[in-house]
Amino acid sequence: MQLRDITLDDIESLAVGAWILGTGGGGSSYLGLLNMRALYAEGHRVQLMQPEDLADDDWVAAVSNMGAPLVGQERLTDSRTIARAVALMEEHTGHTFRGIMALEIGGGNSIQPLMAAAHLKRPVIDADMMGRAYPEAQMTSVAVGDLKPYPLTTVDVRGLESVVEKVPTWKWMERVSRKICVEYGSIASTCKAPRSGAEVKRWGIHGTTTKAIKIGTAVRKAQKAHEDPIAAILSVEPGKVLYRGKVVDVERRATEGFLRGRTRFDGSDDWRGATMELDFQNEWIVARLDGQPIAMSPDLICVLDSVSGEAVGTETIRYGQRVTVIALPPPPVFLTERGLHFVGPRAFNYDIDFKSVFQS
Amino acid sequence: MRRIGIDVGGTNTDAVLIEEGKVVRAVKAPTSEDVTGGILEALAKLGQTGEVASKPVDGVMIGTTHFINAVIQRKHLSKVAALRLGMPAAASLPPFCDWPQDLAEIVRGGVWMVEGGHEYDGRPFMPFDAEGVRKAAREMQAKGLKAVAISSIFSPLDPSHERQAAEIVAAEVPGAVITCSSDLGRIGLLERENAGLLNAALADLARDTIAAFEHAIRDSGIRAALFITQNDGTVAEAAQAAKLPVYSFASGATNSMRGAAYLSGLADAMVADVGGTTTDIGQLRHGFPREANSVVQIGGVRTLFRMPDLYSFGLGGGSHVALGDRNRGTKIGPLSVGYRLMKDGIAFGGQQLTTTDIAVAAGKLDLGDRRRVADFDSATCDRVFAEAKRMVEESVDRMKTEAGSVPLIAVGGGAFLIPDKLEGVSEVIRVAHGDCANAVGAAIAQVSGEVDQIFRDLTRSDAIAQATAIANDRAVAAGADRTTLKTIETEDMPIAYLPGNSLRVRVRVVGDVASG
Repeated sequence: MQLRDITLDDIESLAVGAWILGTGGGGSSYLGLLNMRALYAEGHRVQLMQPEDLADDDWVAAVSNMGAPLVGQERLTDSRTIARAVALMEEHTGHTFRGIMALEIGGGNSIQPLMAAAHLKRPVIDADMMGRAYPEAQMTSVAVGDLKPYPLTTVDVRGLESVVEKVPTWKWMERVSRKICVEYGSIASTCKAPRSGAEVKRWGIHGTTTKAIKIGTAVRKAQKAHEDPIAAILSVEPGKVLYRGKVVDVERRATEGFLRGRTRFDGSDDWRGATMELDFQNEWIVARLDGQPIAMSPDLICVLDSVSGEAVGTETIRYGQRVTVIALPPPPVFLTERGLHFVGPRAFNYDIDFKSVFQS
Repeated sequence: MRRIGIDVGGTNTDAVLIEEGKVVRAVKAPTSEDVTGGILEALAKLGQTGEVASKPVDGVMIGTTHFINAVIQRKHLSKVAALRLGMPAAASLPPFCDWPQDLAEIVRGGVWMVEGGHEYDGRPFMPFDAEGVRKAAREMQAKGLKAVAISSIFSPLDPSHERQAAEIVAAEVPGAVITCSSDLGRIGLLERENAGLLNAALADLARDTIAAFEHAIRDSGIRAALFITQNDGTVAEAAQAAKLPVYSFASGATNSMRGAAYLSGLADAMVADVGGTTTDIGQLRHGFPREANSVVQIGGVRTLFRMPDLYSFGLGGGSHVALGDRNRGTKIGPLSVGYRLMKDGIAFGGQQLTTTDIAVAAGKLDLGDRRRVADFDSATCDRVFAEAKRMVEESVDRMKTEAGSVPLIAVGGGAFLIPDKLEGVSEVIRVAHGDCANAVGAAIAQVSGEVDQIFRDLTRSDAIAQATAIANDRAVAAGADRTTLKTIETEDMPIAYLPGNSLRVRVRVVGDVASG
């Protein structure tokens, strides 16, 4: 079995790539990156382990931060909090985790397993459960696989800790964990239901940490060489350019704790005269070209700054920005009937049949 | 109303006298190393006719790049004691954690983190640790640190912990100069704290510089209140500005845009300010520059500020020109001869072809010796102007926020590079005194008040009304006349993953300087 060293430069790339895979959401990786810089300066190192190298009876921790990004901007992130959520799960279950993986590779949650791994001296497993960012806990490959949603540990930096021992459904878990999170001040570090090595091999979305690093490296290299970063992404990932244009309108509203809205673009280059509308629910969900839906979840819809190639988020997108919209292929687990039930357009209240950009 | 506006730029110090809304006199003097020398010279030139001293002046408004230059050049900075209230959160990311190392080594005098701070809904995050603050203050005193920056979690919503800490520090450290991050607004602890640290590092310099300005004005025989122009195009009284020098960082570009609005009488337009090396394009809304709503790096430090949203590109009166041939097109900039134009430009006997030389050859400017540029035929000149036009059009389009044509005001010494017809522009407007629009912008500046806060369980209109009332009070406290207050910016943003209807509202109001 081989473990690969993750360099600090890899982590800088991971932050850029994970933000792109965040498909408009997932929050910034900046504070996670600062923590990793500090940890590496203190001599900590993190290694990456391939999911195939897990034994079937190994245990793996799946971690994420949940809550309002705005609260995170004030409380910042302490790398020890996520490590404590993992340690609490070990104390509660008696398992010793072989490795730590991300719930969500998109955005800031991509760095959470690295922070825990640095403190607990375990490898990061090269896999996650979304392959991107999604707004709710049941929108995962393990929910599609009908694996058990419990137990869950949640930790607040002040020492508030709780364990949800058992709960019947993923949706219920989502509701109860969000209640706990609100009581903590709308931010919590969480360790999700532990997964066996066999489960990670069968239901994990493999290779996503490597994928985010690869995308981020391509963008950063292109930026340095003053080359087209979008072309650089498409040279390492089988994506498609959907549109190029300028933001002309952004409409936002918060409902049930989610940021929903719509962004409208005016086309340029090959899309001059064509209008794109992108609907979001924290993440980009449906893209319409001149009124016709052309891309939708679970296809990854990524809005990128046309010049820098970096992702543009639903919270920060504004008038006048020059963007390129690309689609990246979704994890196959979401393309089954059950997968689409969890993350297809109808899961976001769109009465449209899923059609992938990548179906010919 | 008689006012003097002064803009201290990198090369020139511009000064104007405005009387009853009209520019009476405009002068330029070279900027001096000590800043005040240039101001004295400009004031002397302004006063040559005797007009200045003969009648009272209501106010002198100065815009300066002195403070931002101190950060960029790492000069004249004080050692700062950083005190953060928010433990046990973010202990792994202490103050200065994302600063460039060289600057951190100069400014970091010590870091103290104690319990305190608030939640987004107003509950305390942790009880305020008065004993911890007192202990920290005694250590600051023992280390001889006088510049103190205090930050606290969610202090824009509830500044009380910062205020209590400031009182304790003031009692324990005689002569302490204290910056509270809540005075610098904006949600985002690290960026707000960084702004506070920079502000504390500049406190001594700001006090000395502003005192020197006051001396210079007095020495010129002018008896008038001094105001310092701010990043958002408004002014603060000298005493307040000396406490918050970071608010004066980007006043030059803002003043140009405000001056352009004033001189043209247009409140909504694009502005192109063409200097010697670069052109800044910005957009006026209600007479003020549209602000950037994102992180701004100052000398490598991430901050959130009220800064104008500008697009700068390398087109100016001193820009190098490379004439194209069959294989390459004509190219302008980004290199520039800058202030050496009158020596290095071909029309002045130098060797470097610049945009100014081309304008002289084309008969657009009457400068230098036209015979020296006689070789450049009109076809060549047209190609250079066409390239300048292309650069301006692309940049204007980049900064526009809606489709359709808008007017564009061309100001600055290099405004001759802006053609009369541009795609996406309804009309190119040129104004008298456009070359000292920056000093005019300083002279006409008003006072502002701002709020950026989360409101819960209120209707959108009630939340905005509450925010406006707070902003109005802040403007009056900063010296505005309440009867003249006007809202110039309202922005509301629903917040994801918070319970209830949480709305973040930002409101900015401005009014005239209260007289007396």
